[in-house]
Amino acid sequence: MENHAEYRKELRKYATGLGWALLLTAIPFAVVAWHLLSPVWALTLIFILGLTQVVAHFKYFLHIGRSSHRDDLNLLLFSTLIVLLMVGGTLVVLFNLHSRMV
Amino acid sequence: MNASPLWHFFFGELNYNSLPFYSPIATIGAGAEVFGALAAIALITYLGKWRYIWKEWLTSLDHKKIGIMYVMLALVMLSRGVIEGIMMRTQQAMAINNPGYLPPEHFGQLFSTHGTIMIFFMAMPFLTGLINVVMPQQIGARDVRFPLLNAISLWMTVAGAGMILISLVIGKFSTGGWSGYPPYTELHTMPSVGPDYWIWALTLSSIGTTLTGLNFAVTIYKERAPGMSFFKLPLFTWTSLCTSILMIFAMPPLTVCTLMLALDRYADFHFFTNGMGGDMMNYANLFWLFGHPEVYILILPSFGVFSEVFATFSSKRLYGYKSLVIATMVIAVLSFTVWLHHFFTMGQSAGVNAFFGIATMLIGIPTGVKIYDWMLTMYRGRVRLTTPMLYSVLFMVLFVIGGLTGIILATPPVDFQLHNTTFLVAHFHNMLIPGTLFGMLAGYNFWFPKAFGFRLNEALGKLSAWCFGIGFVLAFFPLYFTGIQGMPRRAQEIYNPAFAPYMYVAEVGAVILGLGLFALIAQLLVSLWQHKRTRVPLGDPWDARSLEWWSPCPAPEMNFYTVPKVHDRDQFMWMKEHGSAYVLPDKDAYEDIQMPNNSATAVVMGAAGFVGAFGLVWHIWWMAILGLVVVWGAVIARSFITHTHHTISADQLRDQHKAWLDKVAAAQPVSRDHETDPTNQGLAEVAP
Repeated sequence: MENHAEYRKELRKYATGLGWALLLTAIPFAVVAWHLLSPVWALTLIFILGLTQVVAHFKYFLHIGRSSHRDDLNLLLFSTLIVLLMVGGTLVVLFNLHSRMV
Repeated sequence: MNASPLWHFFFGELNYNSLPFYSPIATIGAGAEVFGALAAIALITYLGKWRYIWKEWLTSLDHKKIGIMYVMLALVMLSRGVIEGIMMRTQQAMAINNPGYLPPEHFGQLFSTHGTIMIFFMAMPFLTGLINVVMPQQIGARDVRFPLLNAISLWMTVAGAGMILISLVIGKFSTGGWSGYPPYTELHTMPSVGPDYWIWALTLSSIGTTLTGLNFAVTIYKERAPGMSFFKLPLFTWTSLCTSILMIFAMPPLTVCTLMLALDRYADFHFFTNGMGGDMMNYANLFWLFGHPEVYILILPSFGVFSEVFATFSSKRLYGYKSLVIATMVIAVLSFTVWLHHFFTMGQSAGVNAFFGIATMLIGIPTGVKIYDWMLTMYRGRVRLTTPMLYSVLFMVLFVIGGLTGIILATPPVDFQLHNTTFLVAHFHNMLIPGTLFGMLAGYNFWFPKAFGFRLNEALGKLSAWCFGIGFVLAFFPLYFTGIQGMPRRAQEIYNPAFAPYMYVAEVGAVILGLGLFALIAQLLVSLWQHKRTRVPLGDPWDARSLEWWSPCPAPEMNFYTVPKVHDRDQFMWMKEHGSAYVLPDKDAYEDIQMPNNSATAVVMGAAGFVGAFGLVWHIWWMAILGLVVVWGAVIARSFITHTHHTISADQLRDQHKAWLDKVAAAQPVSRDHETDPTNQGLAEVAP
């Protein structure tokens, strides 16, 4: 019976996560589709919602929270480093190229 | 021939012109491939082995068998890749102010398939296969963490390779090179199905590779034997871990940029088009965000193999273990900071180029550390120049030269001169042939007895090593000289007669490389034929140091009879020295274990993935949808299967263990002088 309760708790957690993920995806699409904001603000909003989505995935799907294992922290820090290198590097390179074309 | 709507519904863009009758060479190539496939099918049918292959291999979830199948795929694709290389070298030797024998269209296809095959369907399956066979045994595990996922990765990769193979028979491949740069590969410049073959082959295999990376990393984190802390991991496992991490982070940019290109081609998007807001420079950026870490995915496992080979065949502890681990990790991180050196000439400012140039040169430091560590491992060791060792020594000499030319290319102003010349071609072949290929072949010769229970023929092994070594030098060193003189890469016709002598030397080298491949195949066949004389059932033919050799050869299904307790970095050597390697433990050391049952899920998913991708290439939409539905259906169907494991009882384990130890007790240990003699049954004399 305890197993069953555990199962329901898990299921609710995943369902909540799915709800958040859908919401955080739908808003950016709506903003772009109906031109609700100016491009700069739209980009800012999408960026923030994207980061929120990452946090939601961690919390609800990957079960990474405050009480997580040390290995999880390692993984998180390493992923952050690599993502910063990739995304940051891409932005630097593309804006640099852009600035030399105008 | 027929463009009626009904025909288009059922067969998409397929028609008579899709068949390979546009040039006699393509017809012969396609004919050879079809004939080879039919011959293999006929042979299996004649021997009545379909059932055996299905039950023992195709549906197997055993990591050792999956690894062996990966390596078999790699060897098949290696054969095609080498033949293509020889064809291109022959064209360039003939085509000096002369059209040669290959039309430009066909030449373009050849360098595209050659690169795609060698990177994605030769090197990647080879290293994945070796890691699959060896890594779980090195850490004392019974299997990888997710056996079914492992099989799915294999069959996705096989499906991708199948796409490349069938592109020779039906339709034409891309002429956009292995990196497939748009806007050239966009629909308006290349309306043929070539880039679509390239996109879906890569997508299939990169899904497989990402899953493999996750699987290996989790295995190394979670499945180590008790006592095996990270600084007791054998070096090959360390490099496997770093490679897996690189796979996890580096494959997504590739999947993303190939799928964006697919959207451009299929759905009229404008990510990388000329105009309409497209930015093809972002493709180069994304592609090399994957492409540079990929280089280290290819090289790190080889570094691991060399570390094991140098220590084992010098009968010495690996020198500078910690520095090797740190160097590996540093390389893994730095590999994400240098991707821009692949497009120094694209137009970013000098400051950006300088940053990436310096970052690139920095990678030379940890690599240099490794070279010194390996040399000092051999120093005053009991060195035996067996086939794996020969590959390793050849690697060390040749790889240093390749590294130096890499430092030259990392200087942006020099790169502006050498970019897209044969100097670059020579440089990356100089890294990938001695680095990756020699490493993989050294590992193949080293661990073959572990996988199959008998040693490979030494004479033919050494012959093929020398052929690959000499052939490589002759085929690629001339290209450094022509590159400095400005010869462009991928040239179908050459207009400067001064290059002729270099091209002739390179052609000789290519033929010798071909002989190397021939010797490699001959080695396998001859070794199969004389396997009774080279059997090593007791498990330790090389007086080896790490855990994977602490079991009979070939290893039993569950790898080990009892899970070892790890005390030392060279655990198996430690056990031999303490006299505990071949002692039967107490009865309660054994326990019932669960091993995964065979499953057809992965094969079905691979086949459906292939069918779906073929449908996408030819715009046969019902086929594409069918493939996708079956892929997902197989996953769902699998979740209804409840009997996924079978049990091996403790008593069975003890009986088998005892049988092995009885054989060990009855055998005569051999000294290192008789390592390659028939007397070597796999029991090594403990050094005094």
